[in-house]
Amino acid sequence: MTQKNRLQSGGRIDRSKPLTFTYNGKKFNGFLGDTLASAMLANGIDIVGRSFKYSRPRGIVAAGAEEPNAVLQLGATEATQVPNVRATQQELFNGLVSSSTNGWPSVETDLMGTIGKMGGSMMPPGFYYKTFMYPKSLWDTYESMIRKAAGLGRSPLESDPDTYDKINQHCDVLVVGGGPAGLSAALTAARSGARVIFADEQNEFGGSLLSSKETLNGAPASEWVNAVVEELRGYDNVMLLPRSTVNGYHDHNFLTIHERCTDHIADIAPAGQARQRLHRVRAKWVVLATGAHERPLVFANNDVPGCMVANAVSTYINRYGVAPGNELVLMTTNDSGYQAALDWHDAGRKVVAIVDTRQNPKGDRVEASRQRGLNLITGSAVIEVQGSKRVSGVSVAPISADGNKVTGSVSKLSADTVASSGGWSPVIHLSCHTGSRPVWNDDVVGFLPGPTVQKQLTAGAINGSYSTSTALFEGLNAGLKAVAEVGLSASEVMLPKAEEVNEGAPMTLFHIPHLKPTSQAPKQFVDYQTDVTAAGIEVACREGYESIEHVKRYTAMGFGTDQGKLGNINGMAVAAKALNKTIPETGTTIFRPNYTPVSFGAIAGRDCGALFDPERYSAMHKWHVARGAKFEDVGQWKRPWYFPKPGESMKEALNRECLATRESVGILDASTLGKIDIQGKDAREFLGRVYTNAWAKLAVGKCRYGLMCGEDGMVFDDGVTSCLGENHFLMTTTTGGAARVLEWLELYHQTEWPEMEVYFNTVTDHWSTLTISGPNSRKLLAELTDCDLSNENFAFMDWKQTTVAGVPARVFRISFTGECSYEINVQANYGMHVWEKLFEHGEKFNLTPYGTETMHILRAEKGFIIAGQDTDGSVHPFDLGMGWCVAQKKPFSYIGKRGMAREDCVREDRKQLVGLKTTDPKVVLPEGAQGVLDPKAPIPMPMVGHITSSYWSANLDRSIAMGFVKGGLNKMGEKVFYPLADGTVVEAEICSPIFLDPKGERQNV
Amino acid sequence: MQHYSGFGLFKHSLSHHENWQRAWRNPTPKKKYDVIIVGGGGHGLATAYYLAKQFGVTNVAVIEKGYLGGGNTARNTTIVRSNYLWDEAAHLYEHAMKLWEGLSQDLNYNVMFSQRGVLNLGHTLQDMRDIERRVNANRLNGVDGEVLDPQQIKEIVPHMDCSENTRYPIMGASWQPRGGVARHDAVAWGFARGADSHGVDLIQQTEVTDLIIEDGTVVGVKTNRYGDIKADRVGCVVAGNSSVLAKKAGFELPLESHPLQALVSEPIKPVLDTVVMSNHVHGYVSQSDKGDLVIGAGIDGYNGYGQRGSFPTIEHTVQAIVELFPMFSRVRMNRQWGGIVDTCPDACPIISDTPVKNLFFNCGWGTGGFKATPGSGNVFAASLAKGEMHELAKPFSMFRFHDGALIDEHGAAGVAH
Repeated sequence: MTQKNRLQSGGRIDRSKPLTFTYNGKKFNGFLGDTLASAMLANGIDIVGRSFKYSRPRGIVAAGAEEPNAVLQLGATEATQVPNVRATQQELFNGLVSSSTNGWPSVETDLMGTIGKMGGSMMPPGFYYKTFMYPKSLWDTYESMIRKAAGLGRSPLESDPDTYDKINQHCDVLVVGGGPAGLSAALTAARSGARVIFADEQNEFGGSLLSSKETLNGAPASEWVNAVVEELRGYDNVMLLPRSTVNGYHDHNFLTIHERCTDHIADIAPAGQARQRLHRVRAKWVVLATGAHERPLVFANNDVPGCMVANAVSTYINRYGVAPGNELVLMTTNDSGYQAALDWHDAGRKVVAIVDTRQNPKGDRVEASRQRGLNLITGSAVIEVQGSKRVSGVSVAPISADGNKVTGSVSKLSADTVASSGGWSPVIHLSCHTGSRPVWNDDVVGFLPGPTVQKQLTAGAINGSYSTSTALFEGLNAGLKAVAEVGLSASEVMLPKAEEVNEGAPMTLFHIPHLKPTSQAPKQFVDYQTDVTAAGIEVACREGYESIEHVKRYTAMGFGTDQGKLGNINGMAVAAKALNKTIPETGTTIFRPNYTPVSFGAIAGRDCGALFDPERYSAMHKWHVARGAKFEDVGQWKRPWYFPKPGESMKEALNRECLATRESVGILDASTLGKIDIQGKDAREFLGRVYTNAWAKLAVGKCRYGLMCGEDGMVFDDGVTSCLGENHFLMTTTTGGAARVLEWLELYHQTEWPEMEVYFNTVTDHWSTLTISGPNSRKLLAELTDCDLSNENFAFMDWKQTTVAGVPARVFRISFTGECSYEINVQANYGMHVWEKLFEHGEKFNLTPYGTETMHILRAEKGFIIAGQDTDGSVHPFDLGMGWCVAQKKPFSYIGKRGMAREDCVREDRKQLVGLKTTDPKVVLPEGAQGVLDPKAPIPMPMVGHITSSYWSANLDRSIAMGFVKGGLNKMGEKVFYPLADGTVVEAEICSPIFLDPKGERQNV
Repeated sequence: MQHYSGFGLFKHSLSHHENWQRAWRNPTPKKKYDVIIVGGGGHGLATAYYLAKQFGVTNVAVIEKGYLGGGNTARNTTIVRSNYLWDEAAHLYEHAMKLWEGLSQDLNYNVMFSQRGVLNLGHTLQDMRDIERRVNANRLNGVDGEVLDPQQIKEIVPHMDCSENTRYPIMGASWQPRGGVARHDAVAWGFARGADSHGVDLIQQTEVTDLIIEDGTVVGVKTNRYGDIKADRVGCVVAGNSSVLAKKAGFELPLESHPLQALVSEPIKPVLDTVVMSNHVHGYVSQSDKGDLVIGAGIDGYNGYGQRGSFPTIEHTVQAIVELFPMFSRVRMNRQWGGIVDTCPDACPIISDTPVKNLFFNCGWGTGGFKATPGSGNVFAASLAKGEMHELAKPFSMFRFHDGALIDEHGAAGVAH
C-alpha cells in the first residue's frame, strides 16, 4: 500500500530503510525513524480507536507523551502482548504488529458507537452512581457489562519471556529532557567535570528542535544538536540515556528512569539483552528541562479524526515527512500555532484558513502567513467540526473579545484537518511528584513549578520560557548553578545564536463558545481518553462537586493513561468558569508518578521467580535432596519436612521417623535456627532484660531456655541461649524469627539502652547444627569424639567445646524431643563431613533422618511450644502455662513485665494452652479447629479457643493436640467440642500438654 | 432529595442535564450544633448520615479542612471484607458488611459494591494453619468463608500461577464470597448527599484548629474560617491527624501515622474477577470496573504525614504481583499514590469515649478503614447519639491499651503493619 500522506522529501526518517508493520491485520509500510503514529498517518489511517464511554471514532491528536487516543495493543505473540502502547512514542520496527483496542466488529464500524450516539445523552458524568441500583439483584449483570465495555488493551495471558534490569546510579547533575534547555545544561555541567546523567524519552536528543525548521548559528539546528551530543558522548563523566523517561521524582532527589533498551528493535528482546532497564538515581542536583505540551482548544466535535494539536502537525511534517491531510484549518489563540499552517503550506498542502481568536494579531509568524497569502480570519473561532470518521468541514464564527460568546454569523469551510493551539502547558509533573504545589502564572497562561525543598533547577519551557534562545540561556544558567552547588568551577560554554521571533500577546482562552449553551452544543471534549466534555464538567460543578479533586473524580478527567496531559488545564478552566472562580482559585490536581506508564516487569526487575526471595539452604541440603526429602518453606529457608522412603506415604514416613528417634536415634538438620553471638560486659544484663527469666547466674558452660516478649507481655520468640564465656553468649532463635529478633535487640540497644556495652552479630550461616536425639545418641556421638559424654561430666543443659569427627565443635546437650540429645555445632563448611560421618557410624543404630514434621510431633508429645504456631502475639507466658519461665524479682525490669501484669492479662478465664485428647483416639483434630462448649448453640457461637498443634503420635498410638481453652488450666478433664466445616463435631478432653515422660527422665539419662 | 434512577437520567437528558440539584448544600455553619463531626471522610460522613437518619439527631455539622472524602477514602484500594479473626473485629466488620449489602439502595447512590469475593492466599504450612483457624472462627461467627485448595483457586483465578514452580507455591486460600470492592469516592459522596438531605451541614475547606474544653467537657470547636462553633458532643474522625487533635484535648493516643501506598495499572480488559490478597508474598490486587489493576501492600516502615511513600515499597509490591501473575509483567503501571494511615499497636481501631467528657474518637483504622466505613459510622453514630458506646464499639475503647484487652488482628489485617 502506498503511503499517501508521505511527503516527497524531508523529515528525519531513513527512506532507504523501509519497514513493514500490521495494524488490525493489514500490512502497511513505513520507514526507519518513524513512530508507529507517523507511519499510520503516512498511510492515511484515520481511526485508531474508539472512545471509552461513547465509542466515538478517534484519530491521532498529538505526537508525543500527551497523546490520548492512539493507544494500541502491540505484540506478535501471546507472550509478547503489550497493552495500551502510545503509538506516538513507539518507534516503528520491521514486523511490528498492532491493533486497536476497542470497537466491534471493527474500529471502523463499531456497533457500540451507535449505542454511544443514542445513549450518550443519558451518560453524563457519574451516571453510573445514579442508576443500575434497581433491582438490586441485577447489579452483577450491569457490572459485568460495564467491565466489558471499559478497559483499553488486554493483558498477555502467557508469562513474559523477557528480562528486566535495574541499576543504581549516583550523579552530580541529572538533566531531564534533551531539548535546547537540557542540551545547554548538560553541556555546561559536563564541561565542568560534573558527573552527568542526561536522559530523554525520545530516541534522539534535540527535543523541540527535532520537529522544527529552526536554525542555530544560521545552520539547521540539528547540526548544533549533533555537535553537542557528540561532545557529550566523548566525556567519561557523562551518561547519555536516550529512550529513557524520568518517570518519578521522589524525596531526597531520588529519581527513577525507565529506559527502553529494545522496544524499538523487536517485540522480544534479542537473546542476552534486557528489554528494559530501571535506573534508580540519587542525584545531587536535578535540572528539569522537560518542556511544555501544547493545549488543544475545546470546541464542538473537536474529537473527530483529523483534529490535532497544532504543534503535532508541524512535528509530523518536519520530523517524519508526513502531512496528515490535505486541507487544513488552523485555530489558534497565539502566534506559535501559526507555525503549523506555515509548515503545512510549505509542504505543498492547502491551508484553508487560519482562524485566530484574537481581534488583531501581530507578530512575525502572523506576518509570514500574510506574506504567503494565507486566509487569515481574526476575532473568530472554529465553533464546530463536521464529519464523523474524518473531519469534512468546520463552522467558523466571530467571537467576542473575551472569548465567551459567538457574536456573528456562522460560515462553513471545507477541510479534512483541524489544528488548534490554545497555548502551552509546562511539563511540571516531575516537580509535583515530591509534593510541591504548582503556581499559576497569568503571563504564561499555565502552571509553573512551585517552591520545592528538593535540589531542583528548571530551565526552558517548563518555566514558560518558550523561545529557543531563552531556553538555551536558562539551560546554561541551570548548568552553572548546579556545577557551583556541587563545588566545581564552571567552564565556558558559547551558546549558539537562535532566530529571534517576535510574538504578539496570546489570548487566554480554553473553551470555544458555541451558538448553543455548552449543555446543548455538540460534545466539546476536554479529556479525550476518558470522554470528559465541557458540559460534563459543568454538570459536576452544578451538582456541587466543586473541588477540582471532586471534578476530577466525578468526571474521571485526567484518569486516563495520559493522566490528562492535554486536558487537565482546559478542564480546570471550564470548571473555574462554571464556578465563577479563577483557575488558581480552582486549583490543580496532583500529578503522581509515573510520568508515563512503566512495565511492571521493569519495576520488579530481576526479583522474580527464583530470585523473588533468596532461598537459603543448609550445608547438608544436597544430602537431603538426594535422600528424597520433601521440603517446607520456613522463613527463607528450605527445610526438610520429612524423608519418605520410596513408596511410603507421609504418615508412614512420620511414624517411622518418630519411632526410630524414640527407640534408637534420629537426626535433624537444625542449622536454620537463628544464632546470634552476643558479647560485651553488659551482655548478661541485656539478656535479663529481653528474656522473661533470670540470667544473672547462668555459668559458663551452661545453657538455658528463654522466652522473649513484646512490650505488651506477649510471647514473640523463644530459644536456648548458652553462656560461652563470662561476657559471651550464643542466642538461638526460631528459624523464621531470627532477623526479627536481631532487629529487636538492636532496637532496644540503640534506642533504649545505648549505655550498655553489648554487641550482636548474626552467626546463623556460620554454623551447621546437627541434632542427634534418642536413647542411642550418646553411643553414636561417643564414636566420633573423645569428649567424656557421661551424664556426670556432660549433663543436660551443658555445652562443651570439643572435636567431633576430627572437627572443632560446640556440642550442646539440649533437647527439643525430650530424649537424650546433642546439638553438634560445627563450622558450616564441615557440616556435610560430620553429617556423613554420623551416618557412617549411625547405621548400626538405625540412625534416621527426620524433618520438621517429626520434630513438631516429638516436641508436641512433650508439650513444648513452637513460637509462631502455639503463640500468635496474644498470649503471655502464663497463658502458655510457662510461668516457671518468668522471673519476678529481677533488679532491672524486663520487656513485657508491665504488659503481662495489666488487669486483662491476669484474668483467670484467659485462653490458656492445654493438651487435648480426642475422645476417639483415632481422630486427629485439624489444626485451626475452633472449640466450643455447646456445639448446639446458635450462630454466632461462643468460642473458647482453637487447636494450635495436632498430630498422630505413633509412640502413643493415638492422636494428640495442643490448643487454647478459656480458663483451660483449671478445667482438666472437661470436654470441649470442635464443630468442623464438614458438619461433624469432634469431642476432646482437656489434659496436660505433656503427653509423654511427664517427669522428663528420658532427657536426663 | 432528588431521587436518582435510570428514568431520572432519561428525564434529565431531555433537559440537557441542566436541572440536576446539588448533591449537597454549601452552608454557612450555625453557632451551635448537637453534634459536630470533625473530619469529612467516609467514616465522618457515614457517622453524620446515620446520626441523622437512624438516630434522629439532625442538628449536626461535619467540618472538613479540605474537600469531602479527600483523605484515605479517596486513596484506598477499595477492598471490602469481614473475615477478621477475633470475635470483636469480626462482629464489627460483619456489621459493616451487612450495611454494605444494601447501601446503594439505602443511599439511593450507587456505590458500585461488587461482591466478587476475596481470596487470602496461604503459602506456608503456618499460613494454612492460620487460614483454617480464621475460617473456622468466621464460620462460627456467622461470617461466610471457606478454605480452598490450589485447584479450586485456579478455577476462580485462572491466570494466577498456582503451580509448584514458584518461590512460595500457593497451598490454599481462604475465600469470602461476600467480600469484594466498592467505588470509594461514591461512598463518601453517597453518605454526604444522604446526610445533607437529612439536614446535616457539611462545612468544607474549614479546619478545626482546636477543641474548646471547659471543666473537662468539650463544648465546641475553634475553626479557621468561622471562629468558635459550639456543640454538645464532638466526634473526631480525622485518621492520620487524630494524635494531633488528641494532644489538643490533653491526652495521648497510641497511634503511629505511616504512609501507605497503592498503585494502578493502565486500564485493561477484564482479566481478574476477584480480589487476591497474599500476606506472605505480600501484595494484593483486584481489577476495577474501569479496568485498572488496583494494587497495594504494606505500610512504609517510617512515620510520616506526606501523602507519598518510598519507591522500594512499590518495587516489592510489584514484585509480589509479578510473582503471583507472571503475565502481568508486560502490563504497565500507570500511577501510584499514598495516604497516611493511623495504626494502633494491635492493628484494630479505636472507637471510644475519651478522658474528656462528650468528646469521642474514631480512629486508628490502619489499613482496614474503608471496608468498615458504614459499620464504623453506624456504631459511632449510635454512640454519639446516646452518649455511651455502642456494644460493638465497646471492645475498641482507647482504654484497652491500659487494661491489656488488645484485639490482635495483625494476621487478619491482610498486610503487614
